[in-house]
Amino acid sequence: MDQARLDAILSRYEGETADLIPVLQDIQDEYSYLPKDELKEVAKRLGVPLTQIFSVATFFKMFSLLPKGRHQIKVCLGTTCHLRGGQRLLESVGHRLGVEAGYTTKDMQFSLDTVGCLGSCAQAPVVMIDDKYFARVTVDKVPKILKPFK
Amino acid sequence: MPKFESPEHLREYRRQLLARRDPKQPQVLVCGGPGCLPLGSEEVAAAFTEELGKNGLAAQVLLKTSGCQGLCDQGVRVLLRPQEISYQKVTPEDVPEIVEATLKNGQVVERLVYEDSATHEHLVHKADIPFYRGQNALVLRKLDVIDPMSLDDYLALGGYRSLRKVLTEMSPEEVIDAVERSGLRGRGGGGFPTGRKWRVCREAPGEVKFIICNGDEGDPGAFMDRAVMEGDPHAILEGMIIGAYAIGARKGYIYVRHEYPLAVKRLSHTLDQARECGFLGNNILRSGFGLDIKINRGAGAFVCGEETALMASIEGFIGEPSPRPPYPAQQGLFGLPTVINNVETWANIPEIINMGPEWFAAIGTEKSKGTKVFSLVGAVNHTGLVEVPMGTTLRQIIFELGGGIRQDREFKAVQTGGPSGGCIPKQFLDLPVDYDSLQSVGSIMGSGGMIVMDTGSCMVDVARYFISFLHAESCGKCTPCREGLKNLLFILDEIIAGRGEEEHLALMEELCAAMASASICGLGQSAPNPVLSALKYFRAEYETHIRDKKCPALVCRPLLKFTIDPESCTGCLACVRECPVGAITGKKKMPQELDQELCVKCGLCYETCQFDAVKVE
Repeated sequence: MDQARLDAILSRYEGETADLIPVLQDIQDEYSYLPKDELKEVAKRLGVPLTQIFSVATFFKMFSLLPKGRHQIKVCLGTTCHLRGGQRLLESVGHRLGVEAGYTTKDMQFSLDTVGCLGSCAQAPVVMIDDKYFARVTVDKVPKILKPFK
Repeated sequence: MPKFESPEHLREYRRQLLARRDPKQPQVLVCGGPGCLPLGSEEVAAAFTEELGKNGLAAQVLLKTSGCQGLCDQGVRVLLRPQEISYQKVTPEDVPEIVEATLKNGQVVERLVYEDSATHEHLVHKADIPFYRGQNALVLRKLDVIDPMSLDDYLALGGYRSLRKVLTEMSPEEVIDAVERSGLRGRGGGGFPTGRKWRVCREAPGEVKFIICNGDEGDPGAFMDRAVMEGDPHAILEGMIIGAYAIGARKGYIYVRHEYPLAVKRLSHTLDQARECGFLGNNILRSGFGLDIKINRGAGAFVCGEETALMASIEGFIGEPSPRPPYPAQQGLFGLPTVINNVETWANIPEIINMGPEWFAAIGTEKSKGTKVFSLVGAVNHTGLVEVPMGTTLRQIIFELGGGIRQDREFKAVQTGGPSGGCIPKQFLDLPVDYDSLQSVGSIMGSGGMIVMDTGSCMVDVARYFISFLHAESCGKCTPCREGLKNLLFILDEIIAGRGEEEHLALMEELCAAMASASICGLGQSAPNPVLSALKYFRAEYETHIRDKKCPALVCRPLLKFTIDPESCTGCLACVRECPVGAITGKKKMPQELDQELCVKCGLCYETCQFDAVKVE
């Protein structure tokens, strides 16, 4: 475990129980997952039982106990995206990458996830790759939007 | 920015700010709202920077990225002031022409102007476009004209004037009294009177109290709060500071979904600015009142939009709701009195104080005051954010503002209230939109999602969509919600798969009744709404699925059959590459064949085919 890397995150907080979720979010952002040793250390430093940490880590969708890929693909399945073929889009992306939603490609290049709503409903269906939004994505546009990230 | 030491200092700063600003200076505002951003507003803004530089106009013309300008389907939108010219569908390639024609020569680029579909008239100004004409923007008023990152822009339009007034002229009781008299009710969906909530909290015993802004906008199909958090963050903050003063809170939280990274960034910047300028901290504007506010990011749980679950997650626990009472205003965060209001509710506060509660109460209906922002999306011609007085009818919103149904199809239903709401059929189009009317037809106003559906949408599929969403998001704490959703989803899946039975409908109604009466929180209590409203108004559609094993809207995949028409198939093989199971075979440039045994009915071939050769029945 890289102690300095974790200390840098913990130093932003006062070390209270209520800091648990923000600390885990920072670890998730920085490491792309929640490594076991780091979680044990967080339990010690915040004085929170490890069981509570695991319950939080497995309750919220944002957290992953396995490393994520270099690029995060989020296919929106909000109501408008659903009506405009979001599910088919998801299948098409999954088919091209050879993974199902919730998984990461073998080469660790992409993680594919769904999201309840990205809030860009006027441009449905919407896909987000890292921090870039793609509007009105139809099945035939999938190869084009994936290309720059390959 | 200076630190404002006193009310006079703030007033003087604003006076000088307005004197410095030339209202005639040309401004270009590129929309950076939730709709235009995915269409490339950053690229358009970059093109303006380059083009203005090339033409030596960088110093004369003020270029800004604004919040949502509405009418999202026609994005990227660009507003030119002071002429108030509204351009649409702007791409980086259009920018040189806009600079040359409009900024240098004062001419309108006609092809970038809204064209009325009925009269074919070109409408240059925003105020003339039907989408905006019927609106009454209070909360969205500043979104299209300010740079959300600029405190000066907010101050120039009267920002923090209400805070100054409250801290210098009003007692906390007077503030609560004003909010009560305004008739403002919670905009997150519950519709609880805001003033009464504040009063309960103020009168609750204890020295330490909290305020929270609920920005965990989770309803799929709703992006009003995202647009306000990204487009006018200081208005939310000003409302919160006023609220904290009224109830006596010294600490506040803004809880934002992590799926809204830009909102998190803008609000963090806003809080930094407010601390620097003395709108947060000790002794705000020398009033003796002090407050700090921090941001908590949601971690991806829909149930955290429920207030007790939200507070549990701020405390560091999983987002499980608790039974009410006690209400948060009595025992909330860390067991202490807490006022929790939605983004739009907070954003209404400064204007209520500024214009007076009577002014606000004059807008809307008897029991629902003010305006409401809706995200109008789905099968309408014009999509985007609309803000209308309470009591406006669904027909006005969908047909006058939204311009009717896309491709002249037939209106089927409008879904309001997200997963807690229902589908409202045609016979209620003249219903005035307010808290009570929508409830009377089995839906709710909710936070403001308004998804319009045409005859291409299947009501069984829509009900299944919401139940599947809620099934995934239910926290699992109470049995009626957890097991009820599981079984509703099972039954709906059976119906969609062609295995539905007549008894299923009665069974679903029975399950719904149990869930509505016995679930702990709003998620489970209102979860039956999508199913019940569909059963009530679209029962025949369920019956067709069950008896005839057919989906009239051609949506429910297991009930469909895909075939390839050899006459139209060109043998381009696009569908072959897309098919996940290798069900399509044939030689290149020859008609293809689809093996019905292998077909999983995913419809990817249907979507991919450019020649309409894939048929569905």
